[in-house]
Amino acid sequence: MSKLQNAIIGGVRAVLGQVPAAWLPGGTPDPLIDKRVALGGQQSRVDGPDKVRGVARFAAEVPMEDLLYATFVHSTIARGRIVELDTSAAEAAPGVQLVMTHRNAPKMSVPPAIGITNLKAAGNHTLPIMQSSEIRWNGQVVAVVLADTREKADHAATLVRVRYEASPARTRFEVGKRSAYTPESLLVERNRLDKGDAGKKLAEAAFKIDAVYTTPWENHNPIEPHAATIVWRDGKLIVHDATQMINATAGSLAKIFGLKAEDVHVSSPYVGGGFGAKGMWDHQILGAAAARLSGRPVRITLSRASMHRLVGGRTRTEQRVALGADADGKLKALLHHGYGVKPLHSVCDEAFSLTGRSLYASESFDVVQHYVDLDLLANSFMRGPGETPGTFAIECAMDELAHAIGMDPIELRRRNASTRDPVSGAPHSQNAMMAAYDLGAARIGWDRRTPEPGTRRDGEWLIGMGCASGTFPFTRMPGSSARITIDAEGHAHVASAAHEMGMGTATVQRQHTADRLGLPLDHVTVTIGDSSLPFASFAGGSSQTASLAAAISAASRKLATELIQLAGNDTPLAGLKASEVEFADGGLRSVENPARQESFVSILRRASRRELSVIGESGAPLEILKFSMHSTSAIFCELRVSEVTGEIRVDRLVGAFDCGRILNTKTATSQFKGGMIMGLGMALAEETLLDERTGRIMSTSLADYHVPVHLDVPDIDVLWTDIADPRAPLGARGIGEIGTTGVAAAVANAVFNATGKRVRELPLTLDRLI
Amino acid sequence: MMPFGYVRATDRADAVARAGSGTRFLGGGTNLVDLLRQNMEQASNLVDVSRLDGSIRESHGGGLLIDASVRNAALAAHPLVRRRYPVLTRALLAGASAQIRNMATVGGNILQRTRCLYFYDVDGARCNKRQPGAGCDAREGFNRYHAILGASDQCVATHPSDMCVALAMLDAVIHLSGPDGERSVPLADFHALPNATPQVETVLKQGELITGVELPPPSDAVTHSEYRKVRDRSSYAFALISVAGGLALADGRVTEVRIALGGVAAKPWRARRAETALVGRAPSRDAILAAIREELVDARPLSGNAFKIGLAERTVTAVLTDLAGARA
Amino acid sequence: MPIRVNGAEVPPPDDARISLLDLLREHLHLTGTKKGCDQGACGACTVLLDGNRVLSCLTLAAQAEGSDVRTIEGLAGDRGGLHLLQQAFIERDGLQCGYCTPGQICSAIAMAEELRRGDPSYVTLDVAAGPPVVTRAEIRERMSGNLCRCGAHNGIVEAIEDMLAETAR
Repeated sequence: MSKLQNAIIGGVRAVLGQVPAAWLPGGTPDPLIDKRVALGGQQSRVDGPDKVRGVARFAAEVPMEDLLYATFVHSTIARGRIVELDTSAAEAAPGVQLVMTHRNAPKMSVPPAIGITNLKAAGNHTLPIMQSSEIRWNGQVVAVVLADTREKADHAATLVRVRYEASPARTRFEVGKRSAYTPESLLVERNRLDKGDAGKKLAEAAFKIDAVYTTPWENHNPIEPHAATIVWRDGKLIVHDATQMINATAGSLAKIFGLKAEDVHVSSPYVGGGFGAKGMWDHQILGAAAARLSGRPVRITLSRASMHRLVGGRTRTEQRVALGADADGKLKALLHHGYGVKPLHSVCDEAFSLTGRSLYASESFDVVQHYVDLDLLANSFMRGPGETPGTFAIECAMDELAHAIGMDPIELRRRNASTRDPVSGAPHSQNAMMAAYDLGAARIGWDRRTPEPGTRRDGEWLIGMGCASGTFPFTRMPGSSARITIDAEGHAHVASAAHEMGMGTATVQRQHTADRLGLPLDHVTVTIGDSSLPFASFAGGSSQTASLAAAISAASRKLATELIQLAGNDTPLAGLKASEVEFADGGLRSVENPARQESFVSILRRASRRELSVIGESGAPLEILKFSMHSTSAIFCELRVSEVTGEIRVDRLVGAFDCGRILNTKTATSQFKGGMIMGLGMALAEETLLDERTGRIMSTSLADYHVPVHLDVPDIDVLWTDIADPRAPLGARGIGEIGTTGVAAAVANAVFNATGKRVRELPLTLDRLI
Repeated sequence: MMPFGYVRATDRADAVARAGSGTRFLGGGTNLVDLLRQNMEQASNLVDVSRLDGSIRESHGGGLLIDASVRNAALAAHPLVRRRYPVLTRALLAGASAQIRNMATVGGNILQRTRCLYFYDVDGARCNKRQPGAGCDAREGFNRYHAILGASDQCVATHPSDMCVALAMLDAVIHLSGPDGERSVPLADFHALPNATPQVETVLKQGELITGVELPPPSDAVTHSEYRKVRDRSSYAFALISVAGGLALADGRVTEVRIALGGVAAKPWRARRAETALVGRAPSRDAILAAIREELVDARPLSGNAFKIGLAERTVTAVLTDLAGARA
Repeated sequence: MPIRVNGAEVPPPDDARISLLDLLREHLHLTGTKKGCDQGACGACTVLLDGNRVLSCLTLAAQAEGSDVRTIEGLAGDRGGLHLLQQAFIERDGLQCGYCTPGQICSAIAMAEELRRGDPSYVTLDVAAGPPVVTRAEIRERMSGNLCRCGAHNGIVEAIEDMLAETAR
């Protein structure tokens, strides 16, 4: 975002401040907030039977004749150029059909960068791909080997000989910090926030803490490796992909290969875990190029090592937080400064410094973050970008402040919970963070906690309890659309190029559509995951459910209009306007006089129509510019720390969430828990090992990057306030990412309570505790 | 993986007869297949010895004879092992995952190779073990998992097996069969410290096959033994430190003590010095700590693993104190 | 020697390098068995080899010659319905993206048999004693070879408990 965009967004906000709220999206709250039949219940996921039988088909599993398997050769230097490239042995190896390098790769344009204003762009970086001998990061692909079996391709890849001329590479964080740059904006927010003379207020505060917190490089590590099965057919590019950005990938590939948008088809009905990683990276592009060059379909399945060399992770962060409070614990000043890595070719912001701007009603703020430009693979969004590392720093600092004051950490938050946006003054659309605290505290038994650290023990194990707030902003993407088709049996079919990577997208929108159209659940089907379906934005920013819900809602209004037209005059509905009818009992009826009604079946039959289709679209999300719309949570943790080994065993996690209404209690519980478990991994063990001498990632296997195993994961309780957000479709804000936020801080705070040791660096490995 | 042939040996003699340059014996494959796939090992022929007869039986002397092809899971669950050598069951169950333990053979487990990140990065890192003379990127790199004892300028890698730590503690003997006949080597002498030749990891000769492991009859300290593994997550992770300990007491004094450490060296580390220091003494926390400190006097930590010294001291002390407490 | 996969005989591979996993997925198009890491670190490729759970990514297909391989596709039995555990996974929402799911299910089915045999685990208090008491910790330790990144762990453990309770009747 540029200065100009800052100014535009600032201007829109200023104007919207004067616009009556009723004119904006959500001005009339969604009737389905209260009128719920299928929504709000426990629905098992519709794709469950296919998934448990292993018949749900993922990207690498699409059968294809004459398939070639691709294997990548990666650079071993961070910066420089290729001076010698010998592919002859690889080309001569059995089964090899093609070795593609910068010498023979087709011309490809630079990937268009992911942008909030361009939903057809998916580039995580903006470097040319295989267009020259130049090397820009350690692990960049220098050759693609295609062979008729995977074994042959892998073997031939080992025969490619590359010699490099290395240039000085910038790979060290501490060195890079000295020349860090300060972006104008983070996502759509102005970066630098200076409000109310924080320096002075901090100096005068009765209590203050000032500390530096660090989080390491982290990788998403979905269990399904990135994969694509790619074929060119009659000049058209068909990609069976594992992506949370179907249309953006299609649009980008069209740009890169100079194709018309309609000549690229991306299909991705199931994604084996994404968490931000399953976007467009070099593998789809190189796979498509190699398929074009070889004239045969290509399958690329990234090895774990290739994944770490090509798919960026979350940047490390270094965050200084200073808090000043008066004698009553009221925040006088909040300072949040910090560094992350964002190479200039990288697109994604790790906007950790946004976290503290909405949570607490501090009197003053001094907030800014800086980026370090290094010769590394582009960083990317990972579950709860910004807030996940941001809450670690802010929420540990709050715990430290509570301890310094001698106040219960929940009480400290209660005294500072914001009643409106602390920076802009905008009203909350809905916010009940302290209600979440009350729920969570009761569930974990917060009254069992002893405020004095190191006072509970069981043998060698020191026991502690901690809490922290989580938060994530509401986002609704404009332009997402959905088609509703009513068939002659009166069944509804919803279609949208939306994504399923475990969130239960089709399951929840089926519930939504059933309630929206007054149909029983089994009269609704939902089809997603293909670019031939109506346009949908990416699955990210916890925005998909809201965006899709807005689209389906809009489509339903169109449907009512078209049904009335179709019904004509020979119907009990004659003379009614769309605004005067509602969906009920498989048809439309008059709001005033429910006896005036006609079923879909009857309307279609009389009109001799087999079906009726309408498409609706999610409009501009002006509500987020007028209102402060953030979900919040209260995370609680009880754990043990071994005095002997420093090992941590988490015995219990409780997450209480204030995210608006919950649409499906079963899948929502899973999503919250999943987020929390990723937070648990972040707290305990996750760390990508980047060797700063070479810029090379060393932890390229799941044996070396420790995600939680079953035994690490305790019984988790998930609770929610279930208070509707009147400004959000269905009264619901997104829930995909907030689960991850706050967890690492809750764990670290519990470790402090158990041991008296304040660890400000993640992960909380045992060497930091002995 | 370069192309290779595969043949299943019909018996031990057949296996040994098939050995030749470029030939590798294949056990469960849990390590070798991975190493081949990552191009760290090359073979032109694999001789599968995992299907050779594998039994666990009592030896004449009252010990246990374990064939090399016995799977880790079967060994761990065997009633005699559970009763007489609980430390071995515990060590086996601490290793890897249930799936891997169902696959991995005893022989293969002994021969598994280090998990050093730089050893694994064939294309991008220097490693003297992979390529003698190339240099060692671990020494100044990520070496949290690396050795504090017995390392050299050339190599600081550790041996990753849990089972071998218990075997070292049990005074196990490895039985070998090769072109020159059969021989036996104590496990304690089987693995090599890196010295100037880190590529040499064991005393195994070209074409030699591990045929079995023999455990001496269980002493009092063996039937009262424990294995404790300290790692970065609660399961399915390699050891930062592991301790196999056994203790026998009479009149409140140590009559026999056995201590072996994992995660500290290129071989399972039998802590003889500590054992000697403890025998005849009351197993107080201070005495145990003093003894293990004597063992670790030669420890040389690297940039990222100094914590292992204290961790080893505390873990050994905890294991032996618990055992002493249980026996008091 | 042929390999029996879900009861059907298939010829051995023509390239000794082919893993059992790639044989299943690329040659037999039995894609229910998943490739997660291809290096024995995630458990997604778990299948039953002569009844034991193994990692098909580190098993050469040739090593399975003469053996009986059962995959997720072969669990439901002849009736074509769902295995008890598959049903329990749906009920307990022991899955999200579904990618680790077949491996979790195959693993748990073999684990139930290991428990029935009385095999101990690392969290069993006394390995020298008789069969271990089935606790959540026992299930979790024994399932730790199957990673799940979506975080369906609680549901998976509950589903397994349901199956164990049902089969214990």
